[in-house]
Amino acid sequence: MSKLASTAELENLRRALLDKRDPGEPCITICSGTGCHAYGCEKVADAFRKEIIKKKLSRKVKLRTTGCHGFCERGPLVVIYPKKIFYQRVKIEDVSEIISETIIKENLVERLLYVDPNTKEKIIYEDDVPFYKKQQRLIFGNNGVIDPTCIEDYLMAGGYRALAKILNGISPETVIDTVKNANLRGRGGGGFPAGVKWESCRKAKGDVRYVICNADEGDPGAYMDRSLLEGNPHSVLEGMIIGAYAIGSNQGYVYVRNEYPLAVHNLTIAIKQAERYGLLGTNILGSDFAFKVKIGRGGGAFVCGESSALMASLEGSVGEPRAKHIHTVESGLWDKPTNLNNVETWANVPLIINKGAGWYNQIGTEGSKGTKIFSLVGKVNNTGLVEVPMGITLREVIYDIGGGIPGGRKFKAVQTGGPSGGCIPEQYLDLPVDFDRLSEVGSMMGSGGMIVMDERNCMVDVAKYFLNFLKDESCGKCTSCREGTERMHEILVDITEGRGKDLDIELLEELGEVVAETSLCALGGTAPNPVLSTIRYFREEYETHIKDKRCPAGVCKELTRYVVDRENCVGCGRCKVVCPSQAITGKKKKPHKINQKKCVKCGACFENCKFNAVKIA
Amino acid sequence: MNSKEVNLILNKYKRDQSSIIAILQDIQEQERYLPREVLEYVAQRLDIPLSKIYYLSTFYKAFSLEPRGKHIINVCLGTACHVRGAARLVDRLESDLGISAGGTTADLTFSLETVNCLGACALGPVMVIDGEYFGQMTPEQVDDLLKKYRKKPNKMKVSTKSAKGRKALKVTAVKGTKKVKKRKKKIRV
Repeated sequence: MSKLASTAELENLRRALLDKRDPGEPCITICSGTGCHAYGCEKVADAFRKEIIKKKLSRKVKLRTTGCHGFCERGPLVVIYPKKIFYQRVKIEDVSEIISETIIKENLVERLLYVDPNTKEKIIYEDDVPFYKKQQRLIFGNNGVIDPTCIEDYLMAGGYRALAKILNGISPETVIDTVKNANLRGRGGGGFPAGVKWESCRKAKGDVRYVICNADEGDPGAYMDRSLLEGNPHSVLEGMIIGAYAIGSNQGYVYVRNEYPLAVHNLTIAIKQAERYGLLGTNILGSDFAFKVKIGRGGGAFVCGESSALMASLEGSVGEPRAKHIHTVESGLWDKPTNLNNVETWANVPLIINKGAGWYNQIGTEGSKGTKIFSLVGKVNNTGLVEVPMGITLREVIYDIGGGIPGGRKFKAVQTGGPSGGCIPEQYLDLPVDFDRLSEVGSMMGSGGMIVMDERNCMVDVAKYFLNFLKDESCGKCTSCREGTERMHEILVDITEGRGKDLDIELLEELGEVVAETSLCALGGTAPNPVLSTIRYFREEYETHIKDKRCPAGVCKELTRYVVDRENCVGCGRCKVVCPSQAITGKKKKPHKINQKKCVKCGACFENCKFNAVKIA
Repeated sequence: MNSKEVNLILNKYKRDQSSIIAILQDIQEQERYLPREVLEYVAQRLDIPLSKIYYLSTFYKAFSLEPRGKHIINVCLGTACHVRGAARLVDRLESDLGISAGGTTADLTFSLETVNCLGACALGPVMVIDGEYFGQMTPEQVDDLLKKYRKKPNKMKVSTKSAKGRKALKVTAVKGTKKVKKRKKKIRV
């Protein structure tokens, strides 16, 4: 591996790599995203490795561990190229059969195929799985194809072509214009036009400029940045290099969450590989443009996702936001002009440069162009990461891609935008998802978390959950945020524990307004959203908690009492077995009884009863 | 941790004051917490007021100033895990271990911690023990899992170099309840 001295050399290398690869050669790809890791994909990959050697197939079949494929619900996922045969929930025991049947004899292992729950049809190929069908995987698609620790894979998938294109004589101003014309909006939550930001940073006074990739993905319930950085780190790096060229920066930083060790690991390797090929460092691809990237690790503070706090943290201080009368594009990291964008925003850049602003503008809605990756999680059948064009409806995402709500339960709400967002009720399921429409209904795009809730989720509890999160994560600089979130949380605790009073709802609304208006940064500015949006759409539920001292969903422990319905109980004894506090008594085949004094309200009996005999009183 | 080991970390970051967070992370990775003596030494070598280091290590959640257990249990409290009942998982762990979240058992075997989101939302509720992920956990599974770890010596690096320290750890690994003698780590400056 030697440094590439020109863009032509890069193309030659790419061609040489592609010539060496036989497109018809079988290749087993195994998803090794965090989800599949937890399911034990590493052991499956090892088993494949051993089996391939045992059957002496090393020359005939390739094995590749890739980034996250997105369909985390069904992991560990195995896709066999070139036909893209899709096997799900693959265990070590299945490995030898896959090799002997699918690889050698070209037969299918039917029990590992995905079965469409609606049509009961077995699906053979990855592209035919309903979960993937409605997606438009422009940014995320390569995750399943390339090994993130192998730059050659990225090159073969067309990587660094956009960088070569701009270094072949496109001026920085033209690059900025392209990004502006593409109407790329920041994917981190704010939705600010990236091109405009770049231009202001380029025009800001100063000799040194910095470029930052914000990978401090703090929103609970969102993990697309993690999967992108883990699964395709070069796409993010390429975007940053192009951005640095356009802005006129020679130093970049990637600020990664402390909780994402695999992302740090893969990114470190990617940076080293790019440096060795001369795609990072001085004289990039023989030009006189130089750019280096360093990794900064976060310390587990949510507020560090805010730009000025993140920069303070990179400088080695506590991450407290500052007032932004002067924008960070003019005075950011070490008081130098700094341009910060989120992981997904950077990953969009090579695509825009390669395909052009006109092409990019065809995807999406009037105000929001391109695709967006969402982490579709919570009470939904197909949890995972989905990339969809802006403007798709919530119903399509939750029902067509997500496969609806498990257990035939009723949809209640979907929470978007993380702690700054809100809960959207059933009546808005046909809402097209884009930056502006989500704000209109009191929520926001945020970084792309989409948490589905069903009838067994209590909305007051959800509001309490977010306020608890925000009061802990408030950095404490602004009194209204520090004290306001604390007081709002106290009120919510009171409501959920049976001490709710009349006018509590009105007090929450008033406090929320003050906190939002008098806090410096977006954390405080949007902190009341989870409360205000749940009050807006689920006021009755608050009132039931306050007036009737009852939690209809059975989540708030103090307001819940489990009882056995004598008519439904068959006396199977299952609840007795799972009860951790021995609160359930009863003879076999006779209705059981719950001793309320002993009951710790863990809900184990309720969850485990198959005869619907345990009820919430 | 002796001064040589600390210097190794400091040199890795070229004794750069702005790398202080990364330095503290490396120390914590080895020691599982930030011992006072080490912090005093770092403050002196980097010429940073100890008060600032204290400010940093209490601001960022990743740091602990108290010794932590041999096995670190991290329960994800992200929204996705929350709506699937992560709070019940914490309740069960708290009652089984006899400590509240954020605490360490008296025998220094387990530390129970919570995290805002691990980014493994499809597996919710998720918990991580010593870096190993356990997805779709139910409170009923907690008992068996803890039993396994009570017997298991931890995978993480144990910094004690002395044979004495190692012996003490072995004893807890088997018996699970005996108190570990507090290992004294002194830094020669």
